[in-house]
This record gives sequence, C-alpha cells and structure tokens, in this order.
Amino acid sequence: MVPILIGVTFLTFMLFNLFGGDPAVRFAGKHATAEQVQVIRAELGLDRSLPEQYLFFVKQIATFDYGRSWASKQLISTMITDGLGATLSLTAPAFFASIAFCIGLALFAVYGRGTMLDRGTVVVCLGLLSISSLVYILGLQYILAFKGGFFPISGWDPSWVDRWGYLVLPWIILFVLSLGPNILIYRTVIMDEAFQDYVRTARAKGLAERHVYAKHILKNAMIPIITVIVIEMPFLITGSVLIENFFGIPGLGGTLIKALNDSDFPTIKAFTVISAMTYMVFNLLADVLYSLVDPRVKLS
Amino acid sequence: MSSASSNMTSNLNAVAAATAKTPSQAPVRNSLWWDAFRRFKKNKIGVVSFWVIISYVIIAILAATGLIFPDAQVPNQAEAYSSISWAHPFGTDIFGRDILGRAVHGIVTAISIGLLASTLSLVIGLVLGAIAGYFGGKVDAFVVWLYTTVDSIPYILLIPSLTFVLGRGLINVFIAVGLTSWVTTARLVRGEFFKHKSREYVMAAHAIGAGDGRKIFGHILPNVAHLAFVQFGLGFVSAIKIEVILSYLGLGVDPSQPSWGLMIDDAKNELARPYWGNLAAATVFMFGLILSFNLFNDALREALDPKMKNK
Repeated sequence: MVPILIGVTFLTFMLFNLFGGDPAVRFAGKHATAEQVQVIRAELGLDRSLPEQYLFFVKQIATFDYGRSWASKQLISTMITDGLGATLSLTAPAFFASIAFCIGLALFAVYGRGTMLDRGTVVVCLGLLSISSLVYILGLQYILAFKGGFFPISGWDPSWVDRWGYLVLPWIILFVLSLGPNILIYRTVIMDEAFQDYVRTARAKGLAERHVYAKHILKNAMIPIITVIVIEMPFLITGSVLIENFFGIPGLGGTLIKALNDSDFPTIKAFTVISAMTYMVFNLLADVLYSLVDPRVKLS
Repeated sequence: MSSASSNMTSNLNAVAAATAKTPSQAPVRNSLWWDAFRRFKKNKIGVVSFWVIISYVIIAILAATGLIFPDAQVPNQAEAYSSISWAHPFGTDIFGRDILGRAVHGIVTAISIGLLASTLSLVIGLVLGAIAGYFGGKVDAFVVWLYTTVDSIPYILLIPSLTFVLGRGLINVFIAVGLTSWVTTARLVRGEFFKHKSREYVMAAHAIGAGDGRKIFGHILPNVAHLAFVQFGLGFVSAIKIEVILSYLGLGVDPSQPSWGLMIDDAKNELARPYWGNLAAATVFMFGLILSFNLFNDALREALDPKMKNK
C-alpha cells in the first residue's frame, strides 16, 4: 500500500514537473516577460529544488491540503468536497440499480446457456459496447430532452431537494452505459459457478432449478460478484466525467475537465492522487471482504 | 521369443500399411493452433466478423493511398451543410467537406491508433509479465509494484494527463494509450509463466542447456501466445474508443486529421440545427468496426480455450 502510494505520487510528480515543461511558463501565458515568469515561479514554489518540491507534494497529500487551484484560486480541498456530493448523487443510484438489474439478467442468460437467449444476450451486450459513450450521451440527450422534452437538457440546482429533476436523464444514460460491460462480467462469473460439482449434486438430489440457481449458484457467485462490485466502486467518483461535462453538473468530473482545459496542474495532481488512493482503499476492502466471505482465503 | 519377433514384424507391417495409406488422405494436423483454427471456422459469426474487419482494412488502405475519397480534407465553402444526396450520402460538414469521405478517412486514424497502441501495450505487457513470472523474487516484486501503481490511477485521468504532457497528435495518443494499457496483459502473462516455468518441457529444455532467454522466448512464450492474441484484440478495441473520447476532449489527434471523435465533437453543436450527418456517419462506421472486432475476439477466445476442445 505505502510503496504503491509512493509510486503514484512519484509518477504524478514526474509527469507534471519533469516532462510537462515549465509550469510557470505555461501559467504565465505566451506574452509574459522573463521577470514575470520568475515571480510566478517563486509564487508557486517552483524555484525550489525538485526533491524539495516532491517532499512538499507528499506533505500536501498527507495533510489533505492541496493548496489553491491556479485557475480559480479556490482551495482544492473545498473544490473536492463541493464536487463530491454532486458526483455521488449522479453515480450512486445508477450504479446500484445497474448491479441489481444486470445480475438478474446474467442469471437468466446462464439459465438459458447454449440457447438463443444466452447467445443473443452476449451479442446484444457486445453491440452495446460497440457504440462510443459519447454517442449515447449525445443521442439520448437529443432524443429525450431536446426533441421529446421529457427532461431538462442540462442544468443543476444546488439544493438537495430540487436537484433530482436534473438527474433523471443522466441516471438513465449512466445505467444504459453500464449494461454491456456489467452483464458480460456477471454472466462470466455466474457461468463459472454453474458447472461446479456442488451444482450437479444439488440437481442430483432433486432440487428444482429455481432453488439451484437462487440458493446454490447465486450464493456462491456472490463471492466474485462482491469483489467485482467493490473494485468498481471508484467508478462512483471517476465514472461520470463526460456526463457531468455534457449536463453541466458541477461534480468532480466537470471540475477535472475544466482543470485539464486550464492546465491547472495542482488540481489535476490532487485528483490523480485522490482517485488512486480511493482505488487502493477499495482494492484492500475487496481483499478483506473476500477473506471474510470465503474461509479458504487467508490474508498474508 | 520367436512369437514376439513375429508380433513385431506384423506390427511393423501394420504401421507400414497405415503409412502407405495416408498419402491419399489429407494429413490430420493436431496442434493447439490447428484445433483452434478448426473450431474458429465452425463459428459463423466469427468468420463473418473476420471478413468485415478485412474489408475495413482494405478500405483504409485505399483511403490512405488516396485511391478513394482523395479530397475528403479539402474545404469547399460553397457546399457547407448540404443535405443528403448521391454525391454526399451523409451530407457535408461546416466546411463543405463530404462527411462520408471524412468517416472513411477516420478508419485510417482508428486502425492505426488501434494497431500501434495495442502493439506497444502487448510488447510491454508480454516482456514485463514474462520476466516477472519467470525470474520471480525481486524482479517480480518490482513489476508487480509497477503495474499496481499504473493501475491505481484511473485511465480517465492518466491518459489525458499523458497526452496533455506529450501534446496532441496521432503519435502521442498511441504512446499514451500504449503506455497505460499493458497492465492486464502483464498480469495474465505473469500468471502463466509462474505455472509454466516448472513444467517438464521447460526442465527438459534446461537439461539440454537452454539459457533463460531461450526458455522464455523459445519455449514458454509460444505456449502462452494465445493469451496475447486475445489481449491484442481487446486492446485494439479499447484504443479506438479511447481515441474517440480523447479527440472529443481536445486531447486527441490534431483537428486537421479526420477522426470519429472530432466528428462527434462537431455533431455536439450541430444536432440542434439539426445536422446529424457527422454523428450518424461516425457512429455507423465505428459500430461496424468495433462490433466485428468484439465478435471476432469472442470467437477467437472460445476457439483458443483448451476447455472447449472437441466440442
């Protein structure tokens, strides 16, 4: 965990401070004089040696104090806590609805394995995966909001009561986007269980198929399914970058795209490290859960 | 004794008779690859998607050499936003360029990004996975650390950051995608090398004096190469999809180059007017290529899966 965190910070630091050219020059703009660049360099702490800058960066991470954005001069930690609420109210409902729906559908596909039901599910999923996510967003926004007028085209209300109206269409899009990959993953996982010996035993002792699927296959498949879900959790934070951008939702994704457009190094660095840490925490959580659910797995 | 020797001669005769017979029939080759090829041929969807991919490649070569749609890049203001006609089945864009021609030239961009990025990531993944699994110990610990680090940064952040640092352009997109998408390949290859390195055939190679390089590349690698094929296909598809998103975000190929992502970006402002030519053309062309690649990969994976043997 710690070596990986060092790796992530080191990689991010190298990427932006060594290969990215001089941030001060970028920040000052094309028409800045040499003195102006020098002043900015001192202001941003870029006149110190690289090891010093790296240690400063590590200190920022440890204290969750990422300084201020170069573009908006806001505190980055405030930007992140502000964006988190909006992002989660977009991603969480779609994420969990999709899991429930896709596991159900995957069970049906496995039940009908070898028939057109299963084959068709796979082909439809691959078809869904063959369209760029941009097209889903643009197309559904155009058809359902612009033409159909069922939903607002874009917009946001900061109040927790009035924001949901703006979120229904983004939820639908996020849900549709997740269908292809989710069904395929859960189908593979459940299919692996469906050929185990205990399933044959359950059938041999005369259990109804309904029981075999609900009580035996699904229960055992829950172990890998939980792992998949937990590992996908960071998606709750990073998964909606494009949708937030399209619908003007002031979440983390919108902030990130803005930071990329503005060459806002500190914000991008903060986002990279935070999402990497989220990813690591959830991976660790998956390992712990795995060992709790499956007594054969021992954590070293 | 005599009966044993007569038995032997009759056996030899039988073998001779059998070998004499075979030239009339086609020899049945039995290797992993021939088995896989036979299984693949039976999968109609797989075969059809293979030929679709080949047609895409031919069209891309024709477009790249200027034999078809030679002036897809030439602006013609007089014809801006013309509607559907025989000359322009998808209409023309804001600069009066034929959208069909742009979409066809987009194949060249997509295929070159797919090929280059997935080759780069395959080479990195194979080499790192092979040495990690084969040598173990410190080398392994380093490679695992490296790919866990790369893997913990979400691609939606890592790739834009990389292209942001490298600058936009075709070459930089494929370097950025290639440098970040080798993790799964490395992980799978590492696992296979762990299993294979203590198998008998590798020991046998060791016994006749094969060095590490020979054992890795000459003996073990051919036995895990089926993984590489499937990973290459998956990498190809995701590289194309990432290029589209990067170009849309303004971090991808140069705006002068034809790209499906740039066409979708144009469409964003045109839909309300409503000019849907860019969106339709980019989607149709991308759908055809990606879907056939996805189906081809699926068929390939099934054909190469040893568990499916004789089914």
